[in-house]
Amino acid sequence: MNTEFDITETLDVKGASCPMPVVKTKAATDELAVGEVLEVLATDAGSMSDIDGWANGTAGVSLLDQVEDGDVYRHYVEKTE
Amino acid sequence: MSTDTQQAADGDHQTEAQLQERIEELEAKVATLETETGENGKKMTIIATQGSFDMAYPPLILASTAAAFGWEVVVFHTFWGLDILHEEKSQNLKLSAVGNPNMPVPNAIAAVPGMDRIATRMMQKKIDDNGTASIEELIDVSLEQGVELQACQMTIDLMDYDEDDFYDDVTVGVGAATALEHMAESDVQLLV
Repeated sequence: MNTEFDITETLDVKGASCPMPVVKTKAATDELAVGEVLEVLATDAGSMSDIDGWANGTAGVSLLDQVEDGDVYRHYVEKTE
Repeated sequence: MSTDTQQAADGDHQTEAQLQERIEELEAKVATLETETGENGKKMTIIATQGSFDMAYPPLILASTAAAFGWEVVVFHTFWGLDILHEEKSQNLKLSAVGNPNMPVPNAIAAVPGMDRIATRMMQKKIDDNGTASIEELIDVSLEQGVELQACQMTIDLMDYDEDDFYDDVTVGVGAATALEHMAESDVQLLV
C-alpha cells in the first residue's frame, strides 16, 4: 500500500462498473482544494486504464499512482489547479 | 502583432491609453473564446436514434464520461432514441430477441411472444449483477455534470408525447438545425 502522500478523501466505488468510477472520481476531485489527494477504491478492472486516460485528458488533475491490491484497484489523484 | 508592436515603438499614433484600451479589448476577446470552448476545449455531439434497452447505454456512457473530461456535450435524441428521455418509457425499454445474433436461441424461437421480455429480464439481471448503472442513473449523472440532453421536437409531436413526459432538465423545442449547429462546432460527432 502506498503512503508516500497524504490522502485527503477516499472514494469507494467498489462494485461499480464503467462509467461510474470515472464519473464519481471527477465529481470527488471537484470537491478537493489544490494539492489535496483523492484515493479511489475500485473493483472494475477497466478502471486502471480508464482513470489513467481520464487523468491524462483532464485539466487540473494528476494521477500520482495506481496500485493493484488483491481484488481492489487503488488510484491516487491529486488536484493540481 | 509585430506591426502593432512596431507602431507602438514608433509612438506616432498610439498613446499609452489607446494601447491599454486595445489590451483590455483583446483580454475580453480571449475570455470569451475560453468560455466558448469550454473548460477543456473539446465538444461532442451524439445523435441517439435507438430506443432499445441495449442501445440506450452507449450514448449515455460516452456522454457522462466525456462530461467527466470537462467536455461540452450535447446528446440529440430523435425517433426511438427519444424513449431514453421519456421518464416512463425509459424504465421499460426492451431488448429485441429476434435478429439478435447474440441470443442463444434461433430466430424462430426468439419470435415467440414474450421472448423479448425474457431477453430483457436476462440482460437486466446481468446489468444488476455486474454493478452496471441503470439508464436512469446515467441520465441523472449526465444531467448533473451539465450534459445537454435534447429531445427532438418533431419526434415529440410525431409520437404524440408531452413535454412533461421527459426527465426534468431535458431540453425540448429543438430540431435538426440546432443539432447541426453544435455538430459543426464539435470535435467528436457520433450517430448511435
